[in-house]
Amino acid sequence: MCGVVGLLLKDGTRRAELGRLVTGMFETMGERGPDSGGLAVFGEPTTGALRRFNVFAPRRDYPWGELATALGASVEAIENHAVVSLAGTAPDFRRWLAEYDPTLHLLSAGRRINVYKDVGAAGAIAKRYRFPVLGGTHAVGHTRMATESAVSPARAHPFTAGEDFCLVHNGSLSNPNMLRRKLEAEGVAFETDNDTEAACRLIEWRLRAGDSLEQALEVAFRELDGFYTLVMGTGDSLTLVRDAFACKPAVIAETDSWVAIASEFRALAHLPDVASANVFEPEPERIYTWTVPN
Amino acid sequence: MTVLDLEQLSVREINYALHHRDSMESVTLVNPGGAHNLAVGLDWPGEVEIRGHAGYFVGGMNKQATITVHGSVASSVAENMMSGLVRVRGNASQCAGASMHGGLLVVEGDAAARCGISLKGGDVVVGGRVGHASGFMAQAGRIVVCGDAGASLGDSLYEAVIYVGGGIKSLGADAQEEEMTEADVVVVRALLAKAGLAEDPARFRRVASARTLYHWNADAQQEY
Repeated sequence: MCGVVGLLLKDGTRRAELGRLVTGMFETMGERGPDSGGLAVFGEPTTGALRRFNVFAPRRDYPWGELATALGASVEAIENHAVVSLAGTAPDFRRWLAEYDPTLHLLSAGRRINVYKDVGAAGAIAKRYRFPVLGGTHAVGHTRMATESAVSPARAHPFTAGEDFCLVHNGSLSNPNMLRRKLEAEGVAFETDNDTEAACRLIEWRLRAGDSLEQALEVAFRELDGFYTLVMGTGDSLTLVRDAFACKPAVIAETDSWVAIASEFRALAHLPDVASANVFEPEPERIYTWTVPN
Repeated sequence: MTVLDLEQLSVREINYALHHRDSMESVTLVNPGGAHNLAVGLDWPGEVEIRGHAGYFVGGMNKQATITVHGSVASSVAENMMSGLVRVRGNASQCAGASMHGGLLVVEGDAAARCGISLKGGDVVVGGRVGHASGFMAQAGRIVVCGDAGASLGDSLYEAVIYVGGGIKSLGADAQEEEMTEADVVVVRALLAKAGLAEDPARFRRVASARTLYHWNADAQQEY
């Protein structure tokens, strides 16, 4: 099955509540995806050349202090997850990290994005990484029921590529290996054998080539074969698309104060003023996108 | 009137209570929270009001009961309904009225993809639009769509008839538009009246099966 969730706050006064609201969505969709889960949260941008790099360690007692000393940078860690604040580019930091400790995994890079993902039940993941206290402008989450690749932290969603871009997926793609070969020939590197990673890297590759998100998704509609409800986050937007058959469920609820996406309405039932929300089902191959107000 | 609260009782307890009514008193369900399988399998000529949004299969397999959802519903509302009435005041997700045998399903808002899929009888009336592949393989019964219909309307239709008030994005395989007769206008007028929708029946168009898929055609070279 898998569960997808997305929440974007139009009302700037609610930003401290983002984590609490999205945690309720995430935990409810845990029933659709019991093996792993993850959340991307977009917050206030870093200043100047600073970037936030999220790093995952296989060990819960990882010595993050040593990493901070080696880097000479600020590191905020919870068990096996750390946010490194550093002036530098993602490729440079990835190379440094691989040399420093190849067991570490770079989860995300950007000025606004933080990504938390792991195996286990949604409730346990939300508790471990303290989702309810996270603030921000928008969030994208996923609870996974693995079908086409193994259960591991790296294969949990959200997938990221480039900077400030993430994608989650409910469905299955039938041509990920073809896409992988195509993209590898363009110099795009893959980290897993997961089908969703192919969709994530395809879209980000087009964005990096200068396409608008709309143009990149038109390419995705042509290239992706299979079933999908995709929810994507960029630094300032939340986007949803479904394949031409729209077999995989999705529901959108929108008020003046927020817009929320989930696989099922149950995940939205606790949101404030949901009774007055416009609740509707997204159409196939139509791009639904919302931007964070300034 | 009995009020049952989904914040106090489980879906199983709610459905048990609905199945074991000893009076014909109406029942109101509050705080549904999008729960699945609400008011399924009823065989009781009473009224059930659901105050809020409901999940998958609400009103499924209904017989006799009148069920009103004051909100939107998820996939497969009134699936396999035998008789009675299910009314959705909001929008419906995909497969609304799937495999219905009888009764009336009214969706006052929009219904998404595959509305009335494999309909085997009864009537579906949608106040708004329907999504793609609606009426797919519908065998008997009638579907009335006041708004627009999505792509592949009536794909592989059998003997069900679809009436559309708005535009049709495309017809599915073997579906064709036919002349709207006086008898059709009478049917649409009666269904709109039952649904409580004030629409002009004369503006509707009739879509039915061209019946070219009923027999194997060796000359078609699989070009259907």
